[in-house]
Amino acid sequence: MKRLQLLVAIAGLALIVTACGGSTASTEPSGKPAGWLDAVGEGEGALNLIIWEGYAERGAVDPAYDWVTPFETATGCKVSTTSMTDSANGVQLLQSGEYDGGSFSGDASVRLMKAGDVAPVNVSLLSNYANVFSGLKDKAHNSLDGVPYGVPHGRGANVLMWNSDVVTTPPTSWDPVWEGGSAYKGKISVYDSSIYIADAAIHLMATQPALGITDPYQLNDAQFAAAIALLEAQRDNGAVYWGTAADQITSFASGDLVVGTTWQYQANMLASEPKVKIATTLPAEGSTGWSDTWMMATKAKHPNCMYLWMDHMMSAQANGQATVWFGEAPTSQAACDYAETISPGHCEQFHATDEAYFEKVWYWSTPQADCADADAATSCKDQDAWVEAWTTLRGN
Amino acid sequence: MTLIRRLVQWFSRRPRAALSAQLAGPFGWILLIYLGSLFVLLLHAFWVKDSFTGKVEPFVWTLEAFGQVLGNPVYLTIALRTILIATLVTLTDALLALPIAYYMSRVASPRTRAILLVGITMPLWASYLVKVYAWRTILQGNGLLSWLLGPLGIDGPGLSEIWSTWLVLSYLWLPYMILPIFAGLERIPNSLLEASVDLGGSAGMTFRRVILPQLLPALAAGSIFTFSLSLGDYIVPDLVSDAKFIGNVIYDNSALGNFPVAAAFSILPVVIMLIYLLLARRAGAFESL
Repeated sequence: MKRLQLLVAIAGLALIVTACGGSTASTEPSGKPAGWLDAVGEGEGALNLIIWEGYAERGAVDPAYDWVTPFETATGCKVSTTSMTDSANGVQLLQSGEYDGGSFSGDASVRLMKAGDVAPVNVSLLSNYANVFSGLKDKAHNSLDGVPYGVPHGRGANVLMWNSDVVTTPPTSWDPVWEGGSAYKGKISVYDSSIYIADAAIHLMATQPALGITDPYQLNDAQFAAAIALLEAQRDNGAVYWGTAADQITSFASGDLVVGTTWQYQANMLASEPKVKIATTLPAEGSTGWSDTWMMATKAKHPNCMYLWMDHMMSAQANGQATVWFGEAPTSQAACDYAETISPGHCEQFHATDEAYFEKVWYWSTPQADCADADAATSCKDQDAWVEAWTTLRGN
Repeated sequence: MTLIRRLVQWFSRRPRAALSAQLAGPFGWILLIYLGSLFVLLLHAFWVKDSFTGKVEPFVWTLEAFGQVLGNPVYLTIALRTILIATLVTLTDALLALPIAYYMSRVASPRTRAILLVGITMPLWASYLVKVYAWRTILQGNGLLSWLLGPLGIDGPGLSEIWSTWLVLSYLWLPYMILPIFAGLERIPNSLLEASVDLGGSAGMTFRRVILPQLLPALAAGSIFTFSLSLGDYIVPDLVSDAKFIGNVIYDNSALGNFPVAAAFSILPVVIMLIYLLLARRAGAFESL
């Protein structure tokens, strides 16, 4: 009996170990990259997406904002979504192999492209791609060697949000969450992700130019240490960290928190809250931000549905609705025109064509050991170091 | 038909083989699916990870993840915080459960006892998440708790203090402490208590010298639930406070693609629970589960 059990155990483990040893191929025998489509066929009936909260609405919150149901009716692809908490979480979700694709920011998209987790997109199959602003095509965060790996969803900046009953003078800089934070002890709201270290770096670019920060995502040891010191001071001012948009919305709605960093989405949700008065701004130092891309997983089980979805999300109606709902800039003039019909002044408010505005916005990107430049002499803190520093900051 | 008959005959002559065949299913499940997946998880702790793509390189061995966990004191702080809260939750639940269970088994009429039993198990029917979110609305600013404490001039713990975690975990796991203690008390014969009183023992002495020693296995059994459930929880700390527990660090690291560090750190609660279970076995907990 004992020997039998042992044998079963060993056989079982051997099975597991061999099953784990499989490797991925980057190209198919035909010479085409993995996941490449030559034609969009009939939808497969289902689509599993990783999204940012608010990126796929089916009218559940406000019946006027529904761009999923029309898609399902037209294509027969039933949409299921999972919200990511931050970009690293999105990468992990996609690598699980359960999803057809998702809406990724720059700090996830580049990693996914380089790892071969997402497939290059045959944009000639997407009729709405031609309408997209040229300023959003062929960028480092959505293309590799000139080949697009996805289509844009929208872009925007992380903004400063405050409760104007408590913060009576409208702030113009990030000071209330950093040095001026002692005035709002225990009422500061901060994004709970290692990428937030870049927000500290952006503030340092303005307040401590001697550090010589040129890119808030590529920091050397001294610059990184200064950013962490700033974050520690913020934490000791009683910062409260939000993991999901819903989390932050409840805290502001109840008046627990009064100032902090947010996506425009939360401010839009709070606009209907009668008890609190919420305002936002893009502070003078600039800010972190995102330019999101719909990408298809190399191992997508429903590639036709994914192509149909990518095309749908560039259509005037879907993109107009989605960007008004979340509070970000649409990706085409047609979408802008549609957005104006539901929210007049939308494209001007979110600077859809204002490249000068977006020059103040540092899109989320991945911290790299080589500082993401060609200079071999420089070295920077990589993604792992950022994550570990964040664990240390939050764990103590 | 003949094949089946021959098979039956073959097995009937070999009782050991019959037993092995019957147990092969459940044992295979536990070995392959249950322990197997745990084993693969532990293997990850020794594998290399690509910092940029976040992919784990299987069968490339390193102790880097352990170095990272041991080299940074924050992981120790987090472990101690988790153990402290799990211990406090266990003590709180034991203190609350003792009088309730005593009342149920010795004082209450059968009718009251039935009502209490239903009342205690009822919350277990509701989803864990619903209960945690209910606590969020109780704890948040302008919530029920601050409304109650307001006139006394006390501020509620809000949703950022670690004490909220203690409060909510104590609430969640209380039934798991009451039920074993109730069962344990039921097993103590009334004659023992009567004898103690007859011999002049005060209520306190009867409790300390007669009830408590006999109740120890039940207490240990209940504490296994409250301690291990608190030790492994990561949703409550995330939703009602800002504190990081062992589970949060494991979750964060696996969600952030640093699987080796998550795997290395997850060995710690396994070790803690093994030690705890050994101690609980000494106290006779497994006989009263």
